Amino acid sequence: MKNKLTFIFVIAIIIALWAVLFILSQGVDVSVLNPKGWVALQEKNLIITAVLLMSIVVVPVYILTFLIAWKYRASNASAVYDPDHDHDLRVEIFWWAVPITIILILGTITWKTTHELDPFRHLDSNARPLTVYVVALNWKWLFIYPEQGIATVNFVEFPENRPIDFWITADTPMNSFWIPSLGSQIYAMAGMTTQLHLIADQVGTFNGLSANFSGEGFSGMKFVAQSVSQSDFDQWVHSVQELPTILDADEYVRLAAPSSNVPTMYFGSADMGLYNTVVLKYMTPNVSIPAMDHDAH
Amino acid sequence: MFGKLTLDAFPQNPIVMSALIFMIVIGVAIAGALFYFKRWRWFWDEWLTSLDAKRIGVMYIAVGFVMLLRGAIDAAMMRGQQAISVGDSYGYLTPDHFDQVFTAHGVIMIFFVAMPLMFGLFNLVVPLQIGARDVAFPFLNSVSFWLFAAGAILINISLVYGEFAKIGWLGYPPLSELQYSPGVGVDYYIWLLQIAGLGSLFGAINFFVTIIKMRAPGMTLMRMPMFEWTTLASVVLMIVIFPILTATLAMLSLDRLLGMHFFTSDSGGNAMMYVNLIWAWGHPEVYVLILPAFGAFSEIVPTFARKPLFGYASMVAASIVICFFSFIVWLHHFFTMGAGANVNAFFGIATMVIAIPTGVKVFNWLATMYRGRITFTSPMYWFLGFVATFTLGGMTGVMLAVPGIDFQVHNSLFLVAHFHNMVIGGVVFGYLAALSFWFPKIFGFRLNEKWGIRAFWCWIVGFFVAFMPLYVLGFMGATRRLDHYDASTGWQPLFIVAGIGVAIIALGIVCQAIQLIVSIKERKQNADTTGDAWNDGRTLEWSTSSPAPFYNYAVIPTVHGRDAFWAMKQSGNIGQARLAQEYTDIELPRNTPMGVYIGAFALVFGFSLVWHIWWLALIGALGIVACIIARSFDEHTEYILPAAEVARMEAARGAQTI
Repeated sequence: MKNKLTFIFVIAIIIALWAVLFILSQGVDVSVLNPKGWVALQEKNLIITAVLLMSIVVVPVYILTFLIAWKYRASNASAVYDPDHDHDLRVEIFWWAVPITIILILGTITWKTTHELDPFRHLDSNARPLTVYVVALNWKWLFIYPEQGIATVNFVEFPENRPIDFWITADTPMNSFWIPSLGSQIYAMAGMTTQLHLIADQVGTFNGLSANFSGEGFSGMKFVAQSVSQSDFDQWVHSVQELPTILDADEYVRLAAPSSNVPTMYFGSADMGLYNTVVLKYMTPNVSIPAMDHDAH
Repeated sequence: MFGKLTLDAFPQNPIVMSALIFMIVIGVAIAGALFYFKRWRWFWDEWLTSLDAKRIGVMYIAVGFVMLLRGAIDAAMMRGQQAISVGDSYGYLTPDHFDQVFTAHGVIMIFFVAMPLMFGLFNLVVPLQIGARDVAFPFLNSVSFWLFAAGAILINISLVYGEFAKIGWLGYPPLSELQYSPGVGVDYYIWLLQIAGLGSLFGAINFFVTIIKMRAPGMTLMRMPMFEWTTLASVVLMIVIFPILTATLAMLSLDRLLGMHFFTSDSGGNAMMYVNLIWAWGHPEVYVLILPAFGAFSEIVPTFARKPLFGYASMVAASIVICFFSFIVWLHHFFTMGAGANVNAFFGIATMVIAIPTGVKVFNWLATMYRGRITFTSPMYWFLGFVATFTLGGMTGVMLAVPGIDFQVHNSLFLVAHFHNMVIGGVVFGYLAALSFWFPKIFGFRLNEKWGIRAFWCWIVGFFVAFMPLYVLGFMGATRRLDHYDASTGWQPLFIVAGIGVAIIALGIVCQAIQLIVSIKERKQNADTTGDAWNDGRTLEWSTSSPAPFYNYAVIPTVHGRDAFWAMKQSGNIGQARLAQEYTDIELPRNTPMGVYIGAFALVFGFSLVWHIWWLALIGALGIVACIIARSFDEHTEYILPAAEVARMEAARGAQTI
């Protein structure tokens, strides 16, 4: 009787907990499970596949554990008691084989998807990719559009259905560049470039952030990623280009000073050598920003 | 003269001040009690300077629980902050303070809670279980403990004097370099880990030699209890990985102290190398912790199911496979660093492979229960709770091992939920089960079951309430280590639920405190009079009386198979070892304060390096060397317990117990 009550109590708590979590999640964007681009969609499917595959083992384990524990309780005198039963080759082979099979399947899927979803791989698309340089600063994100000659801070806009090639570096401790709605994150590290290829398959505004702790202002290191139509994008680029603000070496030094929760900034023109200079700054000793090479790109 | 030492370094923060006052009050209370009851001498002679593995084990566990309180308070502070620091509210912790709290939480929980509980268990169980009187190197054992204790003291000093690191528990550079962390926090972090880490390495070597060389006659490797196998796997891992930790932190300190460039951003430093090295230690480290928990369950389940462990050979193989594979998976902690797809896929698949032997272990435990006669004592509750949580954690772990999934959840709260799933559901539940299981062997009475089971329910319910919301939050794009977030994210309700979960876990810790008090009060009722505390003990430790005498066994037992004590009982030779008349002189290690002195000098050494007081650091270092030399000239490190005395003590025990 007491055991039954306990059991009901446990089940009730589990159900109540999930009900609470479900209710609290209503109206909140569960971005990872609500993909807005090809990469994130693949990753969501991968999550589902992996969970289903592992359920083949996990669900029986849950059921068996509690069935066996219940059936062979000491007070159940009618259950078989076999005090010398300590091995059974066939059974053991069976349960080495089951997880091995599942891991073989999941391993194959992993090999294939790891290559498909490699952040450095160009996405398959007929549209010409848009290149964006990203610099992680303490604690804000600088975006440079080399083809458009503009730059923004904590805001990145791009056309829908067009692959975006992010080239990412940092002038800070390590950060991770992440737009959950679009998929994959990758580290932003000083003195080197990582790449991330993403695509948005619809118009929308998404949250972007750093996923790797980088110091005091880390919580305020957020940006907005906006996917718009190609014509809206062109219009936006044009409007930014007309701004008088300039991102040159001096402005960069000011920008790079530590600050967080920085409001969006737009630069009508930007030094296109800046990205390379920031990367190279750490590659050789004594290269300071004001002395940078202005026609590097 | 005093380096960077100043009076300003005392933080003027009410939370820290109350922690300081609390520590002073507790310290004064303990010291006062020792004075009042005139127990100083006893405390020093019988405990602090003891070389008895069981006493050292108890001290490890005591420190572990004290530090658990601090780690849990850190956790509660973080949850409290994240529950209210939304939108216009910035909570009660500054980012600076919050960053210290989460760094301290991680460091404390791994190094000063999980590790001492593990070494405590090794000390309590390993010699007894293999039929030995002590560990291979009793003095080294004391040194290990005191180095660990010095590290623990140093982290508590950092709380009230200066600051602690604000870099996350693994201290990734370049954030941990002088350029971004000029304060003493990182130096505290480095030196306390160096000191405690050295203690862990010595401890690992000690138990490795103990298991290899000191088993009772007849106990071949394949007759060892499973806990010994998993301990062996765990200490082998430690021996390999702790030098990596030492070297990595040494390079980081060279960067900071001497301006070198191992891991700096500029001048050819390579932060990615640090990340590789620290995880080459850090990943196996979690298997170091979990393997003994597996071993403990492999003793608990057969005892309470009254059946031998199912698939012993499979279990041994599984432990070795886990041990080996844990070395070659470290890169899964940073798939997002940008290694090529081949590298990521290799490490991803290698990680998944670990799920195979782990799964086999779970199946074997189930088969052990199958056709058994199971009594549901509190260790069995912990076991069932472990299966329920650990299986889930294993599943999310395999998910994280798929690079494609990891790219989306890495460093999010999904990851945080996963590893707490493993560490609480696996390591903590395992150690708590083991402690209540072996408690009577050390203290001579069982813990109160009612409060133990209450504690269990609080822990497991609290765990699910605290960490299921984090999985969901991870999918919502919430990262770890946020001291503040926007109201528009909609995360707050889930953070509040998580906070409630932590409160329930805290209730569990309260239950455990009550359990200990009630059990001490009821020690007469719950006394273990036979030595076989659970009536169904299978392994050697249950054949000696409880509490185990300081010499463990009057006559070293001879082993004829697995589950040696069970076999003795089956063949009617109960207490054969104890009743044998052929007592011989027993050689035992003499207690020595040298371990305490070495720990104290190590503390001085670490503290003065943090604050750049070079002359004092030199004194600390020389002090350690002097202690070692002095010890090496001590020729009276052992004493003989005469056979007659053994006979007298055994007779007294017999009269008391039978």
